[in-house]
Amino acid sequence: MLEQYIPIGFMFIVAIIFGIVMSKLSEWLGPKNPNDVKLSTYESGMEPVLSARERVSVKYYMVAMLFILFDIEVVFLYPWAVNFRSLGLFGFVEMLVFTVVLMLGYIYLLKKGALKWQ
Amino acid sequence: MIPLEYYLSLSAVLFATGVIGVLTRRNAIIVFMSIELMLNAVNLSLVAFSQYLGSTTGQVLVFFVMAVAAAESAIGLAIIIALFRNKQTLNIDELNLLKW
Amino acid sequence: MSLFDIAFYFFALITVASAALVVFSRNIIYSAFALLFTFFGVAGLYALLGADFVAVAQLLIYVGGILVLLLFGVMLTTKLVSVDMKTGTLQALPATLLFAAVAGALSGVYIITDWNVLAGAPDAATTAVTIGDMFLTTWLLPFEIASVVLLVALVGAAMIARRDARSKPTQQAAL
Repeated sequence: MLEQYIPIGFMFIVAIIFGIVMSKLSEWLGPKNPNDVKLSTYESGMEPVLSARERVSVKYYMVAMLFILFDIEVVFLYPWAVNFRSLGLFGFVEMLVFTVVLMLGYIYLLKKGALKWQ
Repeated sequence: MIPLEYYLSLSAVLFATGVIGVLTRRNAIIVFMSIELMLNAVNLSLVAFSQYLGSTTGQVLVFFVMAVAAAESAIGLAIIIALFRNKQTLNIDELNLLKW
Repeated sequence: MSLFDIAFYFFALITVASAALVVFSRNIIYSAFALLFTFFGVAGLYALLGADFVAVAQLLIYVGGILVLLLFGVMLTTKLVSVDMKTGTLQALPATLLFAAVAGALSGVYIITDWNVLAGAPDAATTAVTIGDMFLTTWLLPFEIASVVLLVALVGAAMIARRDARSKPTQQAAL
């Protein structure tokens, strides 16, 4: 059983080594002659006005939260999908109830305007 | 083959680390992360039992724990954001509105 | 020591070390990224235990969802460069004693107990089929209730986190 994970582990190791080697190689081999203009922050040709490391707006939180809840839904859908034929109509109805309940929340949020980018 | 006790002891250490985090840290988000650590420790012991006692029920329970953890993190962080908006702090010693 | 044992100790080390970093790091961003490695280590342990679907779900839900949400929580409440992110600990000595007590008691009970462990090797089949079957037959009611829990969380979190447009715009101008 666990033998089938060996290629995955091998790929992890190769990916890590590749990432480190490539970034280090470009660091060692690339020519470096920095000056003030090169080192300044590039912001579409303008002078940077504020620090980029500000608090982000709470609007993004709604997107992340919706993502996680529907993420769960997808994870629950998968074991149903592999059993779709053996469970038949009964399983389909059960899954329909599950999906519709979550969809109700989504419709509520849409109606409430929680997803509006105000 | 690793004996079951190793997995369980690992889960105990993970759980105790989470307990420490909840009790000693004063930032609400770190407390939150520690709770996630404890949930992970419990999940680990559930999966270990499920495998060594030969029943898939433990793994099914893990999914319910994950669903509740996701719901909890969505609500918990919403509460943290609402608290921060009103009190401008995340120090849980200062968030004592319910204490006289 | 077989490759399997080495993998177990590797993942166990990752999990415990990064969990300690989560709890003891001064910088909240370091804590959040250490939590990534904890989740990853636990997922590796699930894979070692033969629970492949749980391992994938761990990566999807915890690393892909909860950790992202946590990072959003960090970014929404702290500036990334400020003293604000440094957070203190207190009561280190009682905490250490408590850690020893909890971990010792749990491990002690785990080791003393005579577990009725199966002798044979775990079966080689993928677990997703069995889990799906149990979800929709034996565990049907909890499964449907889980959807209600998620629905309530969805609505509740949206109501709490959303800035209410009508009430008190001045006080909430900061966020």
